[in-house]
Amino acid sequence: MNADFTAEELAFQAEVREFLTNEFPAELKAKVDNRIRLSKEEIVRWQKILYKKGWMAPNWPKEYGGTGWTPTQKYIFSTEMGLVGAPEATPFGVTMVAPVIMAYGTEEQKQRFLPDILESNVWWCQGYSEPNAGSDLASLKTMAVRDGDHYVVNGNKTWNTYGQYADWIFCLVRTDNSVKKQEGISFLLIDMKSPGVSLKPIVLLDGHAEVNEVFFDDVRVPAENLIGEENKGWTYAKVLLTHERTNIAGVPRSKRRLASLMRTAAQTDDGFGGTMAENAGFKAQLAEVEIELQALETAELRTLAALSVGKAPGPESSILKIVGSELAQKMDELAVELAGYNCLPFVPEQFEDGFEGEPMGPGTSAGAALTYFNNRKLSIFGGSNEVQRNIISKAVLGL
Amino acid sequence: MDFSYSEEQQMLQESVQKFVLQKYDFGTRDEIIKTDAGYSSDNWSLFAELGWLTVPFKEEDGGFGGHAVDLMVMMEEFGKGMLVEPYLSAAVMGGTLIADLGSDEQKSALIPQIMEGGLITAVAYAEQGSRFNPFNVTTSAKADGDDVVLNGVKTAVLGAPNAKILIVTARESGADTDAEGIAVYLVDAAAEGVAIKPFTTIDGRKSGDVSLDNVRVPSTARLGAAGAASSALAAMIDRAALAVAAEAVGAMDSLLAKTVEYSKTRKQFGTAIGTFQALQHRMADMFIQCQLARSIVVRAAMVLDSDDDASIKTKAVSSAKARVGKAIRLVGQEAVQIHGGIGVTDELDVGHLFKRVTALDLMFGNAEYHLQRFASL
Repeated sequence: MNADFTAEELAFQAEVREFLTNEFPAELKAKVDNRIRLSKEEIVRWQKILYKKGWMAPNWPKEYGGTGWTPTQKYIFSTEMGLVGAPEATPFGVTMVAPVIMAYGTEEQKQRFLPDILESNVWWCQGYSEPNAGSDLASLKTMAVRDGDHYVVNGNKTWNTYGQYADWIFCLVRTDNSVKKQEGISFLLIDMKSPGVSLKPIVLLDGHAEVNEVFFDDVRVPAENLIGEENKGWTYAKVLLTHERTNIAGVPRSKRRLASLMRTAAQTDDGFGGTMAENAGFKAQLAEVEIELQALETAELRTLAALSVGKAPGPESSILKIVGSELAQKMDELAVELAGYNCLPFVPEQFEDGFEGEPMGPGTSAGAALTYFNNRKLSIFGGSNEVQRNIISKAVLGL
Repeated sequence: MDFSYSEEQQMLQESVQKFVLQKYDFGTRDEIIKTDAGYSSDNWSLFAELGWLTVPFKEEDGGFGGHAVDLMVMMEEFGKGMLVEPYLSAAVMGGTLIADLGSDEQKSALIPQIMEGGLITAVAYAEQGSRFNPFNVTTSAKADGDDVVLNGVKTAVLGAPNAKILIVTARESGADTDAEGIAVYLVDAAAEGVAIKPFTTIDGRKSGDVSLDNVRVPSTARLGAAGAASSALAAMIDRAALAVAAEAVGAMDSLLAKTVEYSKTRKQFGTAIGTFQALQHRMADMFIQCQLARSIVVRAAMVLDSDDDASIKTKAVSSAKARVGKAIRLVGQEAVQIHGGIGVTDELDVGHLFKRVTALDLMFGNAEYHLQRFASL
């Protein structure tokens, strides 16, 4: 038994490290390190660098311009990215809709959509959730009625991350009301510029509107934008949701976070002449996080090893999602604890691009509570942790 | 043994409940937060009229009695409404320090004004390096003739932007963390050398960082004897800690009630999510946390009102603050989680209650700090 990478994998790891050292722009890294939100232009800029290197689409096969990497190579890549804080490509295009188009789209649709996703020319957002269809996604109500060579779409979607940047949205729509709810759903691609599409930002607890509600009012969508067959959308959606859960454990991100917490603790006064890095209670909490992270990392590697010998990803991903999200949230709590009174100011604008006022501080302490609030979403989205536990109960434990 | 409220306490509770219900809905509160002052002076006048500003003061000072149990009753109801008016900072913190340390002259000049609603104070005690230790004071007070010159920077001064008088802790002698050598000064917020950097807190209150650059005050501006403020300061912080713990009890009751209500109306998979046993048990756990939090706060309030030694009182406050902090995490996080996506939005009151209890845990020392203080006593 061993958890070692092969010589080839080690060489690949070195190549990724070198690439990130040389190509991940310093000004972007500085923003990530200082908790400043990247602008659309900056995200696109970084994705185009990845594209130039041929690494924009780790999960795509080579024939479409992907990397054709093994599961271990993908793991190494995302680990190295996470360790330096380089953002992974926004998932809605390359990770979510693209595999569905590849699997179920026509040749024309592939030609039309995939190259622009790969080159980050077109920004996608998701149109899955609805106000009354969250964990119970299949109960969605947005209707698409066929009218000649168009569908007429009415309804609304919600939690559209970065919908304000999006050119296109992939939607689950109801095309048949007379059958079982899963059987009347279709998968439709909609141009956000279509007349009748409107957007309402949703401000979250951290004061930022990263998500939106999207409304469809008699939106006419060409029938050629339907993916696969009408009423088969639920099958396609499940494929997409599997992809939504890749890298969900967030181990590299959490490692980086833990290192940052340890550094911050050493710089934080305990009020009695020492630092929080010497505080026994705080040290015990950090140790607990570190141990959990080791267990999670090894659990992920065991899953990876199974994938590498050709086993299908199973409900293990639910474990990774639950533990990964709860661990990240625990670290958010520790960051709040370290920041103490310094995270009481509500200054979301300080972490927006172009802020020129006098920042509250020190460091990113004024952002600690904002992150804590915002990251409560981690256990809610991507299939809530309750849904993940249901999956484990049913699919693993056979209950 | 009798845990019921006295007739007077019931009347106080009902009057605050009525105010929160009739005049402090979520939308109204939001409008108040958006104003420059960040609180409603009409509300403040009403608080004075209803006698609420007298609650922290003893009868001999013209107050309602100054009992911790009375304060608990009020703060709990304020917690349900997520009050942003500077009641805690001005009436409880500032008022308590003046009443405990002030000379008869200072008390008779200031306390009536506070109770009538005409004077808002703020207590500047925390510093960047002090964390939750109120005795860690580096702001200096140096005598210069009949004056005293203050220099230093205070952080997270609750209510500072609204205060006419700042009550500032400063070191007259001793090392940075010595209990001895700390004094408290009344400083006009508009005095030369005082600069306030205001901000709104994560839970909608006004606060600010205060810098004192060669601020000159007469030596008569000191509350109490030279370098001898630490026990009154510690007692005030403990009382304020009890007050926010009680506030959290009220806010957590609201979080639980709203979550239970939501679970009865939110339908997924064809049924109300409140019918799922997995969620029922978690709401039952929230209820248990709310009850234990209430119990430990009641205990601490009774100890504060007793003749027990100061050290026993301190320990009782730490047990309350530590236990309430633990409840805050569970109740706050579960309320958001059970609400799902809507729980992390700015538009719903639940998220704001979550933010309020998160701030309350930090104020005057978080759960971890008080757990360690409890263990050390």
